Amino acid sequence: MSPRARPAATRTRRSRPASVLAGRTVQSLATTDDAAVGQRLGVRKTYKLYIGGEFPRTESGRAYEVFSARGEPLANACRGTRKDIRDAVRAARKALPEWSAKTAYNRSQILYRIAELMEGRRDQFIGEVMTAEGVGRQRATRLVNAAIDRWVWYAGWADKFTQVIGSVNPVAGSYFNFSVPEPTGVVGVIAPEASSLLGLVSRLAPVIVSGNCAVVLASESRPLPAVTLTEVLATSDVPGGVVNLITGLRRELVVHLAGHMDVNALDAFGLDPSLIAGIEEIAVENVKRVARPPVGGADAVDWLSPMAQSPYLIGEFVETKTVWHPIGA
Amino acid sequence: MTLTKKPESRPAAATWGLTARGIPWEYAPAPESTDHIEIRAEYGLFIDNRFAPSRPKVTFEVINPATEEPLARVAKASKADVNRAVAAARRAHDTVWSRLPGSERAKYLYRIARIIQERSREFAVVETMNSGKPIKESRDVDVPLAAAHFFYYAGWADKLDYAFPGRQPRPLGVAAQIIPWNFPLLMLAWKIAPALAAGNTVILKPASTTPLTAYLFADVVRQADLPPGVVNIITGPGEIGMELVRHPDVNKVAFTGSTAVGKMIGRAVAGSRKKLTLELGGKAANIVFDDAPLDQAIEGIINGIYFNQGEVCCAGSRLFVQESVYEPLLDKLKARLSTLRVGDPLDKNTDVGAINSAGQLAKIKELVQSGIEEGAEIFQPDCELPDRGYFFRPTLFTGVSQSHRIAQEEIFGPVLSVLTFRTPDEAIEKANNTPYGLSAGVWTEKGSRIFKMVGAMKAGVVWANTFNRFDPTSPFGGYKESGYGREGGIHGLAAYLDMSADGTNGR
Repeated sequence: MSPRARPAATRTRRSRPASVLAGRTVQSLATTDDAAVGQRLGVRKTYKLYIGGEFPRTESGRAYEVFSARGEPLANACRGTRKDIRDAVRAARKALPEWSAKTAYNRSQILYRIAELMEGRRDQFIGEVMTAEGVGRQRATRLVNAAIDRWVWYAGWADKFTQVIGSVNPVAGSYFNFSVPEPTGVVGVIAPEASSLLGLVSRLAPVIVSGNCAVVLASESRPLPAVTLTEVLATSDVPGGVVNLITGLRRELVVHLAGHMDVNALDAFGLDPSLIAGIEEIAVENVKRVARPPVGGADAVDWLSPMAQSPYLIGEFVETKTVWHPIGA
Repeated sequence: MTLTKKPESRPAAATWGLTARGIPWEYAPAPESTDHIEIRAEYGLFIDNRFAPSRPKVTFEVINPATEEPLARVAKASKADVNRAVAAARRAHDTVWSRLPGSERAKYLYRIARIIQERSREFAVVETMNSGKPIKESRDVDVPLAAAHFFYYAGWADKLDYAFPGRQPRPLGVAAQIIPWNFPLLMLAWKIAPALAAGNTVILKPASTTPLTAYLFADVVRQADLPPGVVNIITGPGEIGMELVRHPDVNKVAFTGSTAVGKMIGRAVAGSRKKLTLELGGKAANIVFDDAPLDQAIEGIINGIYFNQGEVCCAGSRLFVQESVYEPLLDKLKARLSTLRVGDPLDKNTDVGAINSAGQLAKIKELVQSGIEEGAEIFQPDCELPDRGYFFRPTLFTGVSQSHRIAQEEIFGPVLSVLTFRTPDEAIEKANNTPYGLSAGVWTEKGSRIFKMVGAMKAGVVWANTFNRFDPTSPFGGYKESGYGREGGIHGLAAYLDMSADGTNGR
């Protein structure tokens, strides 16, 4: 494919430095292509959506071109649509009863299993993060290690956060009274734009550990590590539909995720802060719980910091249920 | 006490001689005395511990809904008054309240709790006169619970460091609080007590029909020597509430009221850093299984929907009865309904008082009419209603289907819709079939079934073998379109604190 044949969508890309553009020659679409060395033609990966445990192409049949941080074309990613989001929400809703009913011990083991399988693909993730984020091997290794360790950390919370944020309430009367956190339901997750893997894992793990199902909008400019993560999820005992991933142009997609009436909560932490007012107005239509972007945006967050993980993040996507029962013989 | 024996068509349903014809004996009037009550002719806005007229000076009338007679005139705040109130709260927050040691804040709150207890009868009588709720409810529920809320949160003020492991909680700043007319003093306590304990200062806007106990509370604030500006109370229509919500120097918004208004507030807050909690409408399912203790269930059903004339967001307005006990339960329910005493809220025997306003009464009538028109069968006891005031007979509908408006919409009145089910799964499906999710009730003697049902209810509060219980230690709030955030308990405290690592919550 010559650069001239690129789909229209890529012309809207914002932040490719002019210097990189200027110096660019016609490039191959795959990072692992070693045809240049004259041995064999590389087998390229098709990056697809992840919905209900399957890897469909977008129903639109459209794609947008993804570039490395240095401006080299990497692949065509699916340009997801409103219909893809609807399909993903339906898959998430369908998966919710089973996932939320699993024992906390079981969910804990499944999250740990994600870490195990990521560990096995560590080199692949390091390479993809280097390419996507333009960082060196050392930095990428730290980021991938932290992402794996973050799954382990949240895996451990599955059967503990209830004890930290639940309560037994000493009411003034002859009643037994307690409050327990329950999953909110289907949660839309707008992944951070810059931190392609660690940022995503840091926001996704606390959402699903309590039993929620997620519909994730991947980073628009750096979606490939997220797609590779779904391949891990598909093989790590996470039931299909618990995590669904849509790639595409976020300006087209965010409003449909925020406005979907069967989405209970929206993690907008990764959203461009300049868009949050409009998104919150749409989300209020069914009283969605919205986690706002931080001041300065998610891309300013130090995802390696211990502050980037917290049981209180789990608490942002649960509902507290209080139960009363009389005491008597 | 003599019971008149009447022939029973269904002997299985013991009704103690009580039938749908009502109570076979007379009650003497038992009016609560009002001679110790002083209601001023006019109330100004309460800002910086001073009552002062609104600018420009405009007032509106507040009436007793049981007699339709005027009680007082209160100030109608302007946008300038909102600005003054927020400025007072900001000044008090920055210079005094947030700097005070928690132990001192605690003692102020304990003082308030004690003064409410000391003046409890005055509060109860004014609450009943202004809201229309029966004196036995304001006296035994609203006022004691309000005092208990201040007492509970007082103790948190100097223990915040122990509440949330790994976090250093800080006050959010200035809190804008908007409350409804169904529990005027109690909702005030739910809002103000945790806000002050956490170190925030507040501007409270009571509902425009029920501001009198809030202004009585302002007097308590002065008696307690609270620093000026810590608690500010302003009155006016909904637009003034929206001005308050939109004010850029407000850090926290807490609202209790309808889902429609809650969404307006959500839009007004969108894009700001204001922390928001919403406690909105409900359409609770009260589910009775065939093994339930029926007589207890009857009391729970009655309490669930006729408490406070049904003007309760968590009212058990949809009754689901397992088919096998439908007939005996309905007989008992109709008989019990017929014993409810409807009338003068100040009478100590009154069970169902006045509807809060003409507007609310019209809304109830409209929805009841829709129930009749959509084909449900209405039952109302044959009780007399006072000639004046806004009264409505306790009502139940049978033959209700899921799609009827009376099964879908919040009526906020003494109107019960009765539906049936066969299996637990059917009950779960029907109970959750609503955009609301505030509360639910389950009646069964089987423990394992209680926990299955409790777990399956998409509702923030589930009462098992009881209904409409409240306590300051017990978190209250909704799922889905019934809102978010909790009031009560440690969860209610969290709603008034900035727990972010970088101190950017609310700012």
